[in-house]
Amino acid sequence: MLEKAFEGSKKYWAWIFFLGALALVGIYYYLQQFMYGLGITGLGRDVSWGLYIGQFTFLVGVAASAVMLVIPYYLHDYKTFSKVVILGEFLAISAVTMCILFIMADMGQPMRVMNVVLHPTPNSVMFWDFLVLSGYLVLNLLIGWVTLGSDRKGVPPPKWIKPFIYLSVPWAVSIHTVTAFLYAGLPGRHFWLSAIMAARFLASAFAGGPALLIILSLIVRKVSRFDPGKEPIQALGKIVAYAMFANVFFLGLEFFTAFYSGIPGHTDSFKYLYLGLDGHTELVPLMWTSSVFAVVSLIMLVIPAARKNEGSLILACIMLFISLWIDKGFGLIIGGLVPNPLEQVRTYWPTMPETWITIGVWSIGFLILSMLYKVAISVREQTAGVEIEH
Amino acid sequence: MKLYDGGKIIIGLLIFVGIATFPFYYNIGKVNAKPEPKVDTPAIQEWEKQYGKKECVESKEFMRTEHMQLINLWRDSVVRNMNRQYISTSNHKKFNMSLQNGCMQCHSNKKKFCDECHNYMAVKPFCWDCHIQPKEKEENKS
Amino acid sequence: MSMDRRQFLKIAGISSILGFGASVANATHPIWVKGLDPSQVEPNKDALTAKRWAMVVDMSKFKTDEDFKKTIDACHLTHNVPDFRNPDGSVDTRKEIKWIWKAAYENAFPGQPNKFMDEHLKEMPFLVLCNHCDNPPCVRVCPTKATFKLPNGITMQDMHRCIGCRFCMAGCPYGARSFNWVDPRKAINPERENKEYPTRTKGVVEKCTFCSERLEIGKMPACVEAAPKGGLVFGDIEDPNSEVRKIVSTKYTIRRKSDLGTGPAVYYLIGGSDHA
Repeated sequence: MLEKAFEGSKKYWAWIFFLGALALVGIYYYLQQFMYGLGITGLGRDVSWGLYIGQFTFLVGVAASAVMLVIPYYLHDYKTFSKVVILGEFLAISAVTMCILFIMADMGQPMRVMNVVLHPTPNSVMFWDFLVLSGYLVLNLLIGWVTLGSDRKGVPPPKWIKPFIYLSVPWAVSIHTVTAFLYAGLPGRHFWLSAIMAARFLASAFAGGPALLIILSLIVRKVSRFDPGKEPIQALGKIVAYAMFANVFFLGLEFFTAFYSGIPGHTDSFKYLYLGLDGHTELVPLMWTSSVFAVVSLIMLVIPAARKNEGSLILACIMLFISLWIDKGFGLIIGGLVPNPLEQVRTYWPTMPETWITIGVWSIGFLILSMLYKVAISVREQTAGVEIEH
Repeated sequence: MKLYDGGKIIIGLLIFVGIATFPFYYNIGKVNAKPEPKVDTPAIQEWEKQYGKKECVESKEFMRTEHMQLINLWRDSVVRNMNRQYISTSNHKKFNMSLQNGCMQCHSNKKKFCDECHNYMAVKPFCWDCHIQPKEKEENKS
Repeated sequence: MSMDRRQFLKIAGISSILGFGASVANATHPIWVKGLDPSQVEPNKDALTAKRWAMVVDMSKFKTDEDFKKTIDACHLTHNVPDFRNPDGSVDTRKEIKWIWKAAYENAFPGQPNKFMDEHLKEMPFLVLCNHCDNPPCVRVCPTKATFKLPNGITMQDMHRCIGCRFCMAGCPYGARSFNWVDPRKAINPERENKEYPTRTKGVVEKCTFCSERLEIGKMPACVEAAPKGGLVFGDIEDPNSEVRKIVSTKYTIRRKSDLGTGPAVYYLIGGSDHA
């Protein structure tokens, strides 16, 4: 089946080479970082986590969103999703791979990564993150490959794959909960010290991931002969709407706790992000964009006419994705580290090499996604008209 | 039996063999002298005067093959267990479990001792990224 | 024999796994498995030991800039801490590495000052360092135990094992930890280098270790020795006769962010005292 990723039109290969070129630029700058040290980034003693960890945090959510297709289809027999579940699983593979690459890019001593395996530390949330992310990658590779292979032969998948599929549901929830726990258990970081951190992560994951899937499905319809269908996209749209409502609601809850209590430890970070603190206003335009996009996209998703129109749906999804990317991929991390534990405002902005490495990792992720989708699309095109049973 | 795409396969194999054997034919003609680590630093000569013979932490054979493993165990003993004194199993003398303040006190001639074998084997231990190398007098190259 | 691609890949995969497994078996060489025998190691007879090391900081004894400089330099020079100050004296707040430093009262004890407090009091300098907490968040989050508690209460750092993930830096509520963003040797003066202590390399975290290596050979921490008399008191807080215990149990001391449950072991004496 993999050979289908190497057969394609000129446009397909142009896209692959474009992504490959971006990936090479990213690798070039990563080698610079490897030789010089992480000082090549904008990180510092106070904001010691930035773009890389933010991207990883955001992408864990995108990866977990495959479960929004798996639950209806496998647990509740929602046949509408029969043709698109594979797109969710392949997106999960691509997203988890990007997570792992971002973590490797962020490490000071990446050659020592096996120390996490040689010296397991169950009290460390990061140890568990390593385990659940690797496990989720293996799970999705296995499930995606086996089910697609069976679809291609026109038969139901083997029975032994079912337990793995059922396992992937709590596992998807776990990767996100564990990642949220990285932040939610640190006594010195009041912006992160919230009981609903994991809930917020799940809500934004279940909104952002399916939104990306809608965008990708519409692209797939345009560039190939495989049409995921109007119904799955509408069903995803409803899921996105509910999840986004939860997400915006939870953000409102955080605002309330911070500002109604008035405790500086909680309000300072919000002030830095949305108003500026001590004259530092770098993140203000971004954060307001994120919030405005979030509210506008939510309204567009909730109004049935706007959701049913695929033009406005895709616009809402794009705005939503950007909003969540800013919020989780940038605002959350930096907001937690500014001001620093001594209440000094020391800020952060990514440097050019750092940005290129980030673009490089995204390109590698999209490369994997494009090639896997090419395989899935080819199988669907071949088996068009055949009823899929799982 | 027909070999499909035979042309591409054979060319690919030739390229692979060429790359894999590169280290060998690239070094033909270059002579690499056998490593001869020198154990005649002033500190070792002092020891010999005091104890009548040259003694290391353990026997020469053991150190030659296991010194890296021993250093790793010393590292954990010092940093994690706060024990810095090592009692040799071969001569029961006490040694400071330290690279800078132990090993390099006797073997202060890193270039003529450590590097001799390491260079020959193309091994680049990264201890010296952190641990400070002993300062050696630059001698005239003979 | 005829074989299709799928079978070939399956056989190749299983052979690789078996090969990898064989190399792992090689790692069970006796010296790794056995480790050092207890008869081969011995603690130093001169070592200073304690059930729980702690420090009392008496800022009233630090009167001049020179007092601060001597104390901070003693630590940073002993441990080859790089100096990233710019030529004009300004500090590179991103790359700087500090194990012990001066912080204004309103930064060392955020949440304490009130708006009527004299500016002079708000800016009063305090020496801050790693608190070697009883319940350290940094140790809790480290995925490799590169930072860990010693039985004597010191929160220790193993720079060999650190993978540079910086989770401990995010976890520390006191900002006590520094990361080597670049090779530190570029910023170490070779003439003032301490040849008996290593440097670090890029990509690892470092912080105060309560001079564990000095305690093991019977010496007091460098900062304690260099500080003005009585400025830094260091001892075993579990020993009822130690000076730190006497101060902490009879005089008014505060600790930084003590409501977080971290249990810091650095106490700041309020009001100064006439202890020796």
